[in-house]
Amino acid sequence: MTNVSDALLTLDKVGKRFGGLTALTDVSLHIKRGEIYGLIGPNGAGKTTLFNVVTGLYQLDSGAFDFAGQRYTQSKPHLLAQAGIARTFQNIRLFSNMTALENVMVGRHLRTSTGIWGALTRNATARAEERHIVQRARELLDYVGITTAHQTLAKHLSYGEQRRLEIARALATEPKLLALDEPAAGMNATETVALKALLQKVRADGITVLLIEHDVKLIMGLCDRVAVLDYGKKIAEGVPEEVRRDPAVIAAYLGGEAT
Amino acid sequence: MKLHRPANRHLALAAILLVLPFIIDALFGHGWVRIADFALLYIMLALGLNIVVGYAGLLDLGYIAFFAVGAYTYALLGSPQFGLHWPMWVTLPLGAIIACIFGVLLGAPTLKLRGDYLAIVTLGFGEIIRIFLNNLNAPVNITNGPQGISGIDALQVGGFSFGESHQWLGVRVDDVHLHYYLFLAFTLLVIFVSRRLEDSRIGRAWVAIREDEVAASAMGINTRNIKLLAFAMGATFGGISGGLFAGFQGFVSPESFSLMESIMILCMVVLGGMGNIGGVVLGGVLLVALPELFRHAAGPVQQMLLGKVVVDPESLRMLMFGLALILVMLWRPAGLWPSTQRRRELNTEEGA
Amino acid sequence: MDIFFQQIINGLVQGSVYALVALGYTMVYGILGLINFAHGEVVMIGAMIALAVLQALLAAAFSPVLAVLISLMMAMAVCMALGYSIERIAYRPLRNAPRLAPLITAIGVSIVLQNLAMMIWGREYHAFTLPFNSVSHQIGGAIVNDVQIGIVVVALIIMAGLLWLVHHSRMGRAMRAVAENPAAATLMGVDINRVISNTFMLGSALAAIAGFMVSVNYGIVHYYMGFMLGLKAFTAAVLGGIGNLRGAMLGGVLLGLIESLGAGYIGDLTGGFLGSHYQDVFAFFVLIAVLVFRPSGLLGEKLAERA
Repeated sequence: MTNVSDALLTLDKVGKRFGGLTALTDVSLHIKRGEIYGLIGPNGAGKTTLFNVVTGLYQLDSGAFDFAGQRYTQSKPHLLAQAGIARTFQNIRLFSNMTALENVMVGRHLRTSTGIWGALTRNATARAEERHIVQRARELLDYVGITTAHQTLAKHLSYGEQRRLEIARALATEPKLLALDEPAAGMNATETVALKALLQKVRADGITVLLIEHDVKLIMGLCDRVAVLDYGKKIAEGVPEEVRRDPAVIAAYLGGEAT
Repeated sequence: MKLHRPANRHLALAAILLVLPFIIDALFGHGWVRIADFALLYIMLALGLNIVVGYAGLLDLGYIAFFAVGAYTYALLGSPQFGLHWPMWVTLPLGAIIACIFGVLLGAPTLKLRGDYLAIVTLGFGEIIRIFLNNLNAPVNITNGPQGISGIDALQVGGFSFGESHQWLGVRVDDVHLHYYLFLAFTLLVIFVSRRLEDSRIGRAWVAIREDEVAASAMGINTRNIKLLAFAMGATFGGISGGLFAGFQGFVSPESFSLMESIMILCMVVLGGMGNIGGVVLGGVLLVALPELFRHAAGPVQQMLLGKVVVDPESLRMLMFGLALILVMLWRPAGLWPSTQRRRELNTEEGA
Repeated sequence: MDIFFQQIINGLVQGSVYALVALGYTMVYGILGLINFAHGEVVMIGAMIALAVLQALLAAAFSPVLAVLISLMMAMAVCMALGYSIERIAYRPLRNAPRLAPLITAIGVSIVLQNLAMMIWGREYHAFTLPFNSVSHQIGGAIVNDVQIGIVVVALIIMAGLLWLVHHSRMGRAMRAVAENPAAATLMGVDINRVISNTFMLGSALAAIAGFMVSVNYGIVHYYMGFMLGLKAFTAAVLGGIGNLRGAMLGGVLLGLIESLGAGYIGDLTGGFLGSHYQDVFAFFVLIAVLVFRPSGLLGEKLAERA
């Protein structure tokens, strides 16, 4: 199969409980550098929980994961962002009262360094950095296809634009892994096609993509490999066509016994 | 041409601000210049709290504590209490630094708390500081308890004292006028700092945390440190204005630092327009001026309408003030001059 | 040892009052996520009304028991109307406003009520004594009187009743549904506005009872009494875990005990350096310490961040 050193993110028997409820049970998988990896499963299967674990919002209860050669059993969101994981949220979490441009500029926070002193004096370094932040943010907005609405408050953008703005903001952190939680949710067919093209462009630029999605067509046409979660367990993994024919997967989606 | 317009506007504003105390003095009398001085102090406080509440979205109900720390630092080091008379250029910054340290000490363990839990903790902290100030007169007399500290040194730079009248070119400039200019200078400094921070990497991080803390941390912002920074900055501003307050009044007592004061400052920020410097300044002016106006109106208006003073003017004035708070908030829930409006203005300017 | 028991008893009595007031805060917070800053003033108004009615009835030669009951009922009725009006006027129009807007109107209402009371009843302290003798009992070296026993017993009954109401009645179910998920509750046909009004009236009725209790316990009423009491009760609600009814009860009683024991022993604990005026400091220190280790209060559930 795959060489371990190809793997950017490896989950090693990750488990997560909420009180008496088991959300993830010994989930192991690995995502290779440069691939688009899909995560699918019925509602409540633990996909978002898995996202929250690898982005540091939740602490895992058992197991560990490796990202870019570093092992984690517990961490914090900003440290994982620093390490190179950036994400979007299923229910869009933009900074509503900031402009589109400012949202992306916040994404640059991590890779810039101006502090109080620089902000107050606006010395040459600070000014250069600020210029760079604005310029990069503009580029990223254009990159995701928000060309005119740079100064619009995020809350006033259309739904599709908000989804793309979240991607631009995530890309601003210079991630190695871009994790997208249902990016096509609520998008129409045209927007979905544009999204697909965007994600292929992101991958072509060397960023690995992890994607939770319900739109099976998008998954099949886009992902190199997919994993299927059901009741917090991984029930299948492989190239899309294979997984699609997997009896366990079919059973899970039809509501039968997943054995 | 375009370049000149804002410059002209600034010049006009500067001229108005410079002659303002004399206009106020001529029109309304000396007392109102003093009120203007207090308004400036409160504006500084409100701007400091604005960093914490308006930018970073942290509800602080004990902000007055930092004002108290600054004031007592100045008072203890420049009064007969310990026989110390340290100069202002030492005690003011020292007060600011100590207030800043208090801010960090309070913030470090508590800033992980969610909104309203933080509010009650800061409220408790404010009360703790006040109670200590009120009771640290025994067994060792440090703060002189409820009597407070009097005979505090006037604000003084070199040999120049702001506490007495000066004569220049035949014009007599009184102490209240001098304090006005001093406080104006400090207020402008605070505004400058606020504006610079607002449009910076740090300021954006604050607003991001206010808007969505989870998303902010997922974008790699170390939310705890950035929030602590907001707390420390706010506390520093509070400390400075506290020192100025002590030097101006010549007297401090725990009474000046009650919870009601914290609440008033919060009202200035929210009523004026959270996160918008202009709004906060407006809120500060209104909330200092309104109760004073009501004070002057409450008695005479009754006298005029009813022929006698029926209800206690003091409570009538506060009653009207409370009603004003309610009505203004109902009328403009986002504050009189909210920050999004400012943004929209900026955008149109940019678009033009 | 006597002082220990005495302080426990004092703490329980005071704590019962805190608990009743804290319930008002916590119910409103649970449903609206709003700190009802004016709640303490409702307690004060309750006490003032009770006193006024009681004096009028006694002057009219009503029987003492009847007079006390009627005055309490009147206080509850007035406070319920007051709570209802406060919500309608100051909070409901701001339900979708920025988070801090209703906090400011709450502060405004608090200022208005306080000064209104000052205009009506003046700045002086009014004596408030029950028209019957309160016998003192000696229990294990501590002294308890009938009034104190009455306060604790009534408070316990009311709290039990409230828990029953919230968990078993139709109105309680609606309240819990709205607290859990307002949107879903609306879809299920719950009238949110009515639930919120009910919550305010219920909390205000409890406030009136608490106002009555605290007044007979201390024997005085004053226009300013609501402010500190409200603050303490809110502290108690947070201590227990705001939004949680049992938390408010626990927090109230605990705060009462902490204060009372703190006031009794703080001198000994600090070698005489800090006296009993530091009672409040003690309460707030405990609050801060509890929240540092349990950020959602003692019984507050840990809210998982919804991502």
